[in-house]
Amino acid sequence: MNLQAIAFYVLSVITVVSALGVVSARNPVHSVLYLILSFFTAAGLFVLLGAEFLAMLLIVVYVGAVAVLFLFVVMMLDVDFGSLREGFVRYLPIGGVVAAVLVVEMVLVATAVGEQGAAKGSGAPDILLDAPNTEQIGRVLYTDYIYFFQAAGMVLLVAMIGAIVLTLRHRPGVKRQSVMDQVARTPAKGMRIVQVKTGEGISE
Amino acid sequence: MIGLSHYLTVAAILFTIGVFGIFVNRKNVIIIMMSIELILLAVNINLVAFSAYLHDVSGQIFAMFVLTVAAAEAAVGLAILVTFFRNRGDIAVDDASMMKG
Repeated sequence: MNLQAIAFYVLSVITVVSALGVVSARNPVHSVLYLILSFFTAAGLFVLLGAEFLAMLLIVVYVGAVAVLFLFVVMMLDVDFGSLREGFVRYLPIGGVVAAVLVVEMVLVATAVGEQGAAKGSGAPDILLDAPNTEQIGRVLYTDYIYFFQAAGMVLLVAMIGAIVLTLRHRPGVKRQSVMDQVARTPAKGMRIVQVKTGEGISE
Repeated sequence: MIGLSHYLTVAAILFTIGVFGIFVNRKNVIIIMMSIELILLAVNINLVAFSAYLHDVSGQIFAMFVLTVAAAEAAVGLAILVTFFRNRGDIAVDDASMMKG
């Protein structure tokens, strides 16, 4: 058993165990932390496959952005998570049966594809080809897939605007600066002269 | 010797755990969204494994696009969740039908 095989088995076992932790943890904060561990070890698997750029992207995007977003939402919402867990035991048998059938089918197909499919006889992935992984991706991404790349940017833009529009709310009664009013203010509008009668003062 | 089928098996198990998580946590929408992230991670592992063993970098490009869509989905989903919580004070998805127009 060479070093690569040991790394593969260690990383995949950690990935699968932490994924199980995501779906079965009692506390959603622990779920998010298991999710982060799962993404980290999946990034390790990507490195084993020679996809270093994607591995780093996975850590930056998922651990740095998505998981932290989840953590924010879990901690911000004041929800009784215990009551949300009821039904866990009730749906366990049917869920287990469906999952078992699914995993058996997919492992069968995976084995068949590995032995007979398009990648038949292809040995270990060549990690050192003519160019580094990042350069290879760049060469293809900015030529063949340039329109898809632009479309992905549009998807992110729309998602960003959508998230802002959904969560923005204008509270009544909050004092805000109104630049337009400030700029349009003139001495005539800004003050008035009041004649005060002696001994009465101003009540306003 | 680690072959393509090993990676596909890991991805299949991850995918199944994601589906299982959606089954058993039917009320907690946060866990459901995390399960969806697990499913998309399994898809990414498949794409990268095929990309490596077929010596074609296109699979990694597709994995990047899946990553983009997953990030966008998480952002919009959590925004909807926050709005839903503000309106109801609860995130049980059983009665999410109040969201219909």
